[in-house]
Amino acid sequence: MYEQIRRNRRASWLLMGFVVALLAALGYAIGAAVVGGTSGGLGLLGVFGLAAIAWSLLGYYSGDKMVLAVSGAHQVTHEDEPQLFNVVEEMTIAAGLPNVPAVFVIEEEAPNAFATGRDPQHSSIAVTRGMMQMLDREELQGVIAHEMSHIRNYDIRFATLVGILVGMIALVADFFLRWSFWGGAGRRRGGDSNDQAGAVLMVVAIVLAIIAPLAAYSVQFAISRRREYLADASAVELTRNPLGLARALNDIAADPRPLRHANRATAHLFIENPLKNKKTKEATGVFDTHPPIRKRIAILLEMAHAGPEDLSSGRGATALPPPPAAPPASPA
Amino acid sequence: MIAVIIIIVILVVLGIIFAGLYNSLVGRRNQVDNSWSQIDVQLKRRYDLIPNLVEAVKDYMSYEQETLTNVTAARAAAMNAGSQGPQAQAQAENMLTESLKSLFAVVEAYPDLKANQNVLSLQEELTATENKISFARQFYNDSVLTYNNKIQMFPSNVIAGMFNFTTRQFFEAPEGDREVPKVDLR
Repeated sequence: MYEQIRRNRRASWLLMGFVVALLAALGYAIGAAVVGGTSGGLGLLGVFGLAAIAWSLLGYYSGDKMVLAVSGAHQVTHEDEPQLFNVVEEMTIAAGLPNVPAVFVIEEEAPNAFATGRDPQHSSIAVTRGMMQMLDREELQGVIAHEMSHIRNYDIRFATLVGILVGMIALVADFFLRWSFWGGAGRRRGGDSNDQAGAVLMVVAIVLAIIAPLAAYSVQFAISRRREYLADASAVELTRNPLGLARALNDIAADPRPLRHANRATAHLFIENPLKNKKTKEATGVFDTHPPIRKRIAILLEMAHAGPEDLSSGRGATALPPPPAAPPASPA
Repeated sequence: MIAVIIIIVILVVLGIIFAGLYNSLVGRRNQVDNSWSQIDVQLKRRYDLIPNLVEAVKDYMSYEQETLTNVTAARAAAMNAGSQGPQAQAQAENMLTESLKSLFAVVEAYPDLKANQNVLSLQEELTATENKISFARQFYNDSVLTYNNKIQMFPSNVIAGMFNFTTRQFFEAPEGDREVPKVDLR
């Protein structure tokens, strides 16, 4: 666990450095192509670099608020949602974290959840309304334990930064591609002698603009799949109940509705891919943000020494809730 | 001259390692103490909740006075057992948990109670508190495990011996906790 925390801290710094460098390079390419010459390139390099540094710091300190706002989440108290709040408190105690994360609800039917923040002291958990309605207490506990593991491991810091920074690269690149497509590059100043060099730089700029978001996206995809398996395992360490999470994932997988408030920059934060790409339902491609949910369920079932028949809700209850159901009336 | 410098460097490095090991032992010990007091916080919360629950259900349960008396008695016993050592306390707390389980089972049999918003929310709070107690115990045991490992493993065991760090007891679940209770509704 400490190894994972160290890795996440290092990865967060590397990511910020990488993005600043990438955007500076992008700035140079765009500047050289549009304004012409190295002076234009260096000028935009500086502008992009500074903007990237400012944005990284903003992402580090307020990334969680941005992600929560984009997801349409609103904060709730113990009075609003006693059960959700209690389950979060239970998992905070199980994880031995110093304070209870802020609890948010997303008013949507699709069942999903995510955690964000920069460290356990500044963390939030958001759950959709559909998730709360669909899951029983034990299943909800499994989901919250999964999110609590992301918080404890500092996954939230890295994942939130990835969302904010990747989102920005995509934005800048999209903007540039659209701008050049509409002929902005045609109005480039500079003499005829610059034309050939300009054309070369133009090609470089477009290539960079295409590669940049791709590179950023694949970082996002590669990192988040391993983290999901790890968080599933840590969640079981917290609840000592693999079946709760397995049943929750099973219910989530069965629901075909995509989450309207999720987008490509935040998809990797959620417990299960909120976009639900219909085409690639079971395929395990390079661009999947999440491991196949069937595989996650299978691993959890193995931990519980259980089979798929135990996935139907209400079975295998171990903890105090709910009180034992009335025994079947079969007196001899 | 060079020999002196080398010796000084070695001493400084040893001192830093020594301080690091000592500090991590102190940190672990504090975590054990803190997680133990977390259990107490939740136990107290349960004592506070029970009178409210009893008050809320007693008018409905004319035939189940015995269940209610059991809960009240178990609560009083658990509160007193605190001074009689951890073993006695664990046993009394376990009795209280059992009596609450039977009370909730009885509540299931009363449709009026099951629909009562006040009872429902008290039930949720008590369920949550029960869970918090067991998760706090679980975390306490995890903390004790890491602390004891540090005390017994090289090289921190050397420092633990010098400064009298002693291993701590695990919280052991009473026998009854390991089996699912059977509740007779009739």
